[in-house]
Amino acid sequence: MAIEHADVLRAAHLARLGLDNADADRYVDDLTRILNMVDRLREVDTEGVAPLAHPLDATQPLRADEVTEPDRRDVYQRCAPAVSEGLYLVPRVVE
Amino acid sequence: MLDLTFAEMARGLAAGEFKSVELVRGLLARIERLDPEINSFVTVTRDQALERAEAADAQRARGEAGVLAGMPLALKDIFCTEGVRTTAGSKMLGNFVAPYSATVVEKLAATGTVSLGKTNMDEFAMGSSNENSHFGPVKNPWDHSLVPGGSSGGSAAAVAAGLVPAAMGTDTGGSIRQPAAFCGITGLKPTYGRVSRYGIIAYASSLDQAGPMARSAEDCALLLNAIAGHDPRDSTSVSRVVPDYTRDLDAPLDGLKIGLPTEYFGDGLDPGVEAAVRDAVKVYESLGARVVEVSLPHTDLAIPTYYVIAPAEASSNLSRYDGVRFGHRCANPLDLEDLYKRSRAEGFGEEVKRRILIGTHTLSEGFFDAYYRKAQQVRRLIRQDFLDAFDKVDVLMGPAAPTPAFALGAQSDPVSMYLQDIYTIAINLAGIPGISVPAGFVGNRPVGLQILAPHFAEAHLLNVAHAFQKVTDWHQRRPVQD
Repeated sequence: MAIEHADVLRAAHLARLGLDNADADRYVDDLTRILNMVDRLREVDTEGVAPLAHPLDATQPLRADEVTEPDRRDVYQRCAPAVSEGLYLVPRVVE
Repeated sequence: MLDLTFAEMARGLAAGEFKSVELVRGLLARIERLDPEINSFVTVTRDQALERAEAADAQRARGEAGVLAGMPLALKDIFCTEGVRTTAGSKMLGNFVAPYSATVVEKLAATGTVSLGKTNMDEFAMGSSNENSHFGPVKNPWDHSLVPGGSSGGSAAAVAAGLVPAAMGTDTGGSIRQPAAFCGITGLKPTYGRVSRYGIIAYASSLDQAGPMARSAEDCALLLNAIAGHDPRDSTSVSRVVPDYTRDLDAPLDGLKIGLPTEYFGDGLDPGVEAAVRDAVKVYESLGARVVEVSLPHTDLAIPTYYVIAPAEASSNLSRYDGVRFGHRCANPLDLEDLYKRSRAEGFGEEVKRRILIGTHTLSEGFFDAYYRKAQQVRRLIRQDFLDAFDKVDVLMGPAAPTPAFALGAQSDPVSMYLQDIYTIAINLAGIPGISVPAGFVGNRPVGLQILAPHFAEAHLLNVAHAFQKVTDWHQRRPVQD
């Protein structure tokens, strides 16, 4: 399946990755070659084959719904770019 | 004493032949002398290392030291290490000081090992040459014009250059085994789920696995003993007894049945690599093994399958780098969307962006079934190839990489770089363990023999690798430094 300039810009927007038009042109080329390589999968007959999500077919274990972690907010916020009074700061969202 | 294997060094410490502080001082001096050129470390934790070495020596003097107490090693810079900068080779995490430690780091610390620092890597473990690091490429200690392989290139180069006797790596599509092969060291990727992924910066969660890189299979056995096991903090880690991986190292190989996958000896394999691997197989025959040809018919689909699954998982895992909670944040964002978009555009390198875009595209509406679901189906067929082969043979052998180390800057096209992992990538898709052991040279460039075993058969895999190292000396060869 071909990928076009608009597809790259759409993926970049979905991934919240800033790209300008010149960047996008370059990625059209790279991504086309990668997807051409990947397209070989379409020739494989996978009728009735269950998708494999975990190499050991393990299922998600469950545990009791109990609080097990201590509050370490201060420690975790030490690596944040901007915090104030325990809150993460971002540009104004609601005017 | 600095050039001993990890296991020999541990025995020397136990016998009182030298102290941990002497080892650590000696290795730190070597790092200072050689690493400005090799660039295998992103961060050297000198003071912590000396402190921990002194503590280990004191513990030993009291008669309380375990086997690994005071043993120096290094950690790929993908393992979160509390209080130490952890970058994943990315500008995005250039200033990230981890607020907690990975389970692997905690387990190694609990045994008294001494980390000398964090090793260089391809950004977010995406690469096969270590050229994708924000902190510059690593040079292969055998020849500084060559790459060390990737993504655990810094760990491999540090061990090969004698800067540490062992280092931890991670392997998502070959990132332990291929650099181990390129640098002439021994590298083990355990079964998926054998080692906890907690605190390892995630790339592709259904493929990522940590493992040891060192000078011998015996070294890897000692280190796997320290890091393997179930961890409630990683729900994909497996609850299964951890054997003593050193116990059966010397078991005889009589009757061992080795399979050579026809597809691993086809077009694109360097003749020098093939000759070295076939010679290694002959060594096994002389030890009493029988060799048969087997087929892994879906081999040529492994790279296409991986390049759907890994970027898809990466695009999801890397969405956490938003410029808000940690990591790079752009200057003067106009609004929240601009904050996200510019922080990520500035913080990620080329290959990471490429994979985020591919992953986002293939997971997006209208493409999911054709790509991701299809790749997961083919993944089952690839795993079945291995299960079928292991009905007939005990282990599989072949090359770890199609060529020996290539020149820095030689692979500029992403797709041809991806083909480097042709013999390693299917192993991650299947989740089985694999090891690369030094098996000769092409000129001055090391060759790795890859050995594969069924799920959780690490003890047998290490036994088979160790048997080879008892009768060959490829793993003892060292590049000339200075």
